[in-house]
Amino acid sequence: MNPGPRTETVIAPTSGWRFLNARELWAYRDLLWLMVWRDLASRYKQTVLGPLWFVVQPLVTTLVYLVFNKVARIDLGTMPPALFYLGGLLAWNYFAQTFQSTSVTLVNNAGLFGKVYFPRLIVPLSAVISNLLALAIQLATFAGFYLAYKTTAAAGTFGLGWAAVLLPLLVLQVAAFSLGVGLWIAALTAKFRDFSIVAAFMIQLWFYATPVIYPLAQVPEKWRGLVALNPMTMPVEGFRAALLGTAFPGAGLCALSVGLTLAVVASGVLVFQRIEKNFVDVI
Amino acid sequence: MSTPVIEVRDLGKCYRLGAIGATTLREEFSAQWARLRGRAGAAQPKDFWALSDIAFDVQPGEVVGLIGHNGAGKSTLLKILSRITEPTRGRAVLRGRVASLLEVGTGFHPDLSGRENIYLNGAILGMTREEIRRKFDEIVAFAEVAKFIDTPVKRYSSGMYVRLAFAVAAHLEPEILVIDEVLAVGDAAFQKKCLGKIGEVSRDAGRTVLFVSHNMGVVANLCSRAILLKDGRVLKDGPANQVVSSYIQAGAQGVGEVEWRAETPDVTSERLRLRAARIVLDGVATGDVPIDREVALEYDFEVRGARANVTSSIHLFDKQGVWVLCSGPASADLEPGRHRHRVTFPANFLNDGLYTASIFLITNVTQIQVQKREAISFCVYETGTGREEYGGAIGGCVRPRLEWRTGPVPTVEN
Repeated sequence: MNPGPRTETVIAPTSGWRFLNARELWAYRDLLWLMVWRDLASRYKQTVLGPLWFVVQPLVTTLVYLVFNKVARIDLGTMPPALFYLGGLLAWNYFAQTFQSTSVTLVNNAGLFGKVYFPRLIVPLSAVISNLLALAIQLATFAGFYLAYKTTAAAGTFGLGWAAVLLPLLVLQVAAFSLGVGLWIAALTAKFRDFSIVAAFMIQLWFYATPVIYPLAQVPEKWRGLVALNPMTMPVEGFRAALLGTAFPGAGLCALSVGLTLAVVASGVLVFQRIEKNFVDVI
Repeated sequence: MSTPVIEVRDLGKCYRLGAIGATTLREEFSAQWARLRGRAGAAQPKDFWALSDIAFDVQPGEVVGLIGHNGAGKSTLLKILSRITEPTRGRAVLRGRVASLLEVGTGFHPDLSGRENIYLNGAILGMTREEIRRKFDEIVAFAEVAKFIDTPVKRYSSGMYVRLAFAVAAHLEPEILVIDEVLAVGDAAFQKKCLGKIGEVSRDAGRTVLFVSHNMGVVANLCSRAILLKDGRVLKDGPANQVVSSYIQAGAQGVGEVEWRAETPDVTSERLRLRAARIVLDGVATGDVPIDREVALEYDFEVRGARANVTSSIHLFDKQGVWVLCSGPASADLEPGRHRHRVTFPANFLNDGLYTASIFLITNVTQIQVQKREAISFCVYETGTGREEYGGAIGGCVRPRLEWRTGPVPTVEN
């Protein structure tokens, strides 16, 4: 049912590319919120720890990198390594989780999409929003560690940066970028199942190509340009600048990252909508 | 005539055979490679038109049944009208809010409670939260699940699950309701309730219903008009009972007339030979019989050599192989030559469905001369009479109209 009074629906083959139908998405906003809420409510039903898993998971990862750091001896300056990793993982985990849930949109919802019409973008959008809860909980965990370290000897080596005011924008960028990449993979996976394997593999390599467990400053000069091409570099560095007061990425890096993000999310929407319209015929 | 609420023009849907289904990158590359090298013949996908030149209008308040065999294009048409897939050609205009119900319980999440699923399912079907809130109590009452409303639906019995799912759908208030065979689920009482609700929706609220069903009884009863699809085209469009009966006749599930030309052992003995059998309705042989009409089964046989004392017997079986009845004429002395036995089944006696008769030819009351198993079959079909709004299957081998009375309990005078 298309909400709204006296609507007239014209069904005809569309040719070429379609961009967002914002009016229609708005009409389905209630569905978007219910989908968000479904994601949240269903994810941890019948688990003992419930949303605590959002906390446990980055803590364990951080622990692993602390051990890794002892071996690899990455120079973090005077920064407490635990805070360094937790700060970097905040942005990365949000990206990785959102990417993971949006990239399976079409394949996982084939049954639903084959039976009822609603704007398909609602599903990946709901994943983008519901993963914000995990981000918020992880941010709270980070805050706990932050306060704990503030009482130690290393207290003077870090502190909230001026960039903290940019944090919402950074989150928005990561949201947009993970949606864009997720939509690309979702569309490609619908056509070629190979991409579900590629996606899992890609995210692993991508992690090491992003300055999450090492600072950008530690990257050799000749590789910097390459790392800058990775749109996730800026937000991860930016998160740390905001929360720990490290140097905020330069204007050039920011512009490149934001530009690439916009390109990826716009093309992602186009490709997704093109594949989605006849998706049920090929599944 | 007012503006039609559904206007379909020249609608077509083409599938590429050979290109359907997800391919792997390697296959795609090798197909492209083959095309590049000019070996197009082998890899060329074939076009298959699941629908072509579909055109019809539906006026407000009409209840239209879509019928046809599997693969006729009914589901494809519904999917296009529900905007699940796009047509390849043509266009359709739907005026008003459309709710399509191709499945009951679409998007139900097993871990969520009944309450939560009502909201979720309602939103998926296009209701706003406010609308769902308003109708919540009504939905719960209709589904009869009030006690379990906060239990996860995975612990529901399948009946409860279906009731809840239908209840949500039944309380949509669309101007156009598109329904696929969803009523095949649930128990008979609930089906009746659902069909009643659909009937009510179209009659009282003047809503338009487009309805796919394999149950001809329901179509004949519920719909004012039916559209018969065959091989992706509209074969017939008209009053429901006419289209239904022509569909059933075209289907010819029953074989109305059989002739045995060869003297095979199953139809031949020294004394008697079975030659032909037929189902006769109004003097014409037919394999399909309306449930409310009288029908005759007759068979011709030959007495050979000398006069014989002959009787016969038929065994009638339903489609499950249940032996429905056994019947035969009084024995009679017959001259050599051809004779005919004929038995009449009264109207409103057999149930709907396929019946098969075995024919036995007997001499001197006890000597079976010929036993022809599954000699002839015929199909009794629904006409929609005598079932009111109930659209579900009516069980039993026979369905006679018995005399019923409803009245007060008589008071006993002391």
